[in-house]
Amino acid sequence: MKYSHLAQSLIPLLCLTMAACGKQDNTTSTATSPGAAATAQAGGEEVVKIGAAAPLTGPQSHLGKDNENGTKMAIDEANAKGITIGGKKIRFELISEDDQADPRMGTVVAQKFVDQQVKGVIGHLNSGTTIPASKIYSDADIVQISPSATNVTYTAQGFKTAFRVMANDAQQGKVLGYYATHQMGGKKIAIIDDRSAYGQGLADEFKKAALNGGAQIVAHEFTTDKATDFMAILTKIKSVQPDVLFYGGMDAQGGPMMKQVRGLGLTAKFLTGDGGSTPEFIKLAAGEAEGAYSSLPGLPLEKMPGGKEFGTKFTAKYGQIQLYAPYCYDAVNVMIAAMQQADSVEPAKYLPKLANITYDGVTTKISFDEKGDLKDGMITLYQVKNGKWEVRETLATK
Amino acid sequence: MDIFLQQLINGLVLGSIYALVALGYTMVYGILELINFAHGEITMIGAMVSLAVINLLIGSSLDLPGVMIVFMGVLTAIPACMALGFVIERVAYRPLRNAPRLAPLITAIGVSIVLQNAAMLIWGRQYISFPPIIPIYRYEILGATISNLQIFIFIFSALLMAGLIMLVHKTRLGRAMRATAQSPQAASLMGVNVNNIIAITFILGSALAAIAGVMVGAYYGLAHYYMGFLLGLKAFCAAVLGGIGNIAGAMLGGLLLGVIESLGAGYIGDLTGGFLGSHYQDVFAFLVLILVLVFRPSGLLGERVVERA
Repeated sequence: MKYSHLAQSLIPLLCLTMAACGKQDNTTSTATSPGAAATAQAGGEEVVKIGAAAPLTGPQSHLGKDNENGTKMAIDEANAKGITIGGKKIRFELISEDDQADPRMGTVVAQKFVDQQVKGVIGHLNSGTTIPASKIYSDADIVQISPSATNVTYTAQGFKTAFRVMANDAQQGKVLGYYATHQMGGKKIAIIDDRSAYGQGLADEFKKAALNGGAQIVAHEFTTDKATDFMAILTKIKSVQPDVLFYGGMDAQGGPMMKQVRGLGLTAKFLTGDGGSTPEFIKLAAGEAEGAYSSLPGLPLEKMPGGKEFGTKFTAKYGQIQLYAPYCYDAVNVMIAAMQQADSVEPAKYLPKLANITYDGVTTKISFDEKGDLKDGMITLYQVKNGKWEVRETLATK
Repeated sequence: MDIFLQQLINGLVLGSIYALVALGYTMVYGILELINFAHGEITMIGAMVSLAVINLLIGSSLDLPGVMIVFMGVLTAIPACMALGFVIERVAYRPLRNAPRLAPLITAIGVSIVLQNAAMLIWGRQYISFPPIIPIYRYEILGATISNLQIFIFIFSALLMAGLIMLVHKTRLGRAMRATAQSPQAASLMGVNVNNIIAITFILGSALAAIAGVMVGAYYGLAHYYMGFLLGLKAFCAAVLGGIGNIAGAMLGGLLLGVIESLGAGYIGDLTGGFLGSHYQDVFAFLVLILVLVFRPSGLLGERVVERA
């Protein structure tokens, strides 16, 4: 009897767990009452809502919060400056939502933004959420600038509303593949990716470029964007003795993976993309990060006009920059610049201006090609030295 | 062969942690026939509390050796989790002891969500790294690498489990636990304070969970507020695999599950010709759960159990 009891109680249990999985960290930091009119008049002032979406809970929440802060800083500065568009004083209002890095939540958040009639969206952080959400924004004619989604598909869907201020996977993967084979001396290369739109996309582009560079791909293993145990796949990789190990994924996995790589006595050079290029990566690798390489689109902040100033201001206000905050800052500013040029906050009016804009951001000089991708992006390679990411060199994506 | 050996070592270390957590499920189920779904979260709280203490000690001016600091962390985490286990039983399960079966199960899930969110509020939502203060030495055995930490985790879990078996079979308390498991009514007629025994069971299980939590934290070098969720689910699968309610079964189930996962993730790509990749690692636990429930619902060692505790 006992075991039938067990089975009996298991069925509702499983249903409940599934429900719990989807719901448990559903917190949002919306500052406004939903359903309020988008452009509420407040004493001759026009309120313009800007949506921002990133994972604010879960393994990537430190990055999501960083994005939120970068966006918030740009919006606060614009409000402090007092911008006038279309003869009215504009006050920007940030609506920040948590998409949990989950594609399903991404579309829910997108629909929320559409319902609240935001005039533009900064986000999402992940490619996996950005791509499904982009269709919703396109259907509603809302301009979307992703600070960090790199998957090629995002801008290749033919949506006029989709932009990004970051090099895509094809550009970054190419540079990484070139770097691994030419600068790091990679002959036998192993790849791990997290099977997310970002990780898989970057790994595939890297693979192409590495093969072009004459390297041999000796292993391609997979993990997930929630995993913490990589011992099994690393053991397998150890047996083929690669000289370079590339990881396509975020720092929450990359850091612990780095620790386990060295723990298994694997001596391959470790290389990862922008998702791993954070102080968090070094912290999570717990003393084993030394020598790891990563790449980050754009120029090093200190080399950009205004970059250093941004760094100082941001650090004073929110602490250490994690990763994409400067890109969010640029995304907001380029959006506002387009609104000013068009003298309108309506997406239909400022979109053509945005498409043809040239803007000096803190990460790079921003202008978009016909798809909404960044033109002539630069990629900077970093390496961990004495517990810090140090600039190695900057390469053009061409 | 060296790869197989390495996967086996990885699996046994992982498995001994699963086994420690699975014991908590199985002890409670043995006595109450309740799946204490908050057990995984107790593991998480154990890791978090020890981490907080460890970081505090590192930050302090005391110049203690790394092993000592971790030891202090464990010593704080154990009583904290024991108290937590006691309170959970008192608040969430005891009032529902005679309620329909589903009610305590739902409160268990409720407690689990409450604990997760409390941890998120206290410690934040990001991954917290476990400071690398234990000196790590690596040894080569037949081409496989094993670290002192891995050896320690394996041996220490084995000792804890042996201790638990001794406790259940050789002491008065153990006898009372076994009696309560067989029939709470009869046990109370024989002068066993059933409420106390149940509370002690929760406390013991929570202490093991606290130790497991610190082990996971130290092994992977990180902790976060929902680390207990998947760990708890897998340990539960391990308990069912071994035969839930059976203490030796939980140990066997835990070790087996660890090895199955490790070997599974290592070889699934080759076996399916690349159709299924190693990212399906987490699937094995649940596959095992389904297979066991279909073909051998009583688990590997669960048949005709006379003694449960």
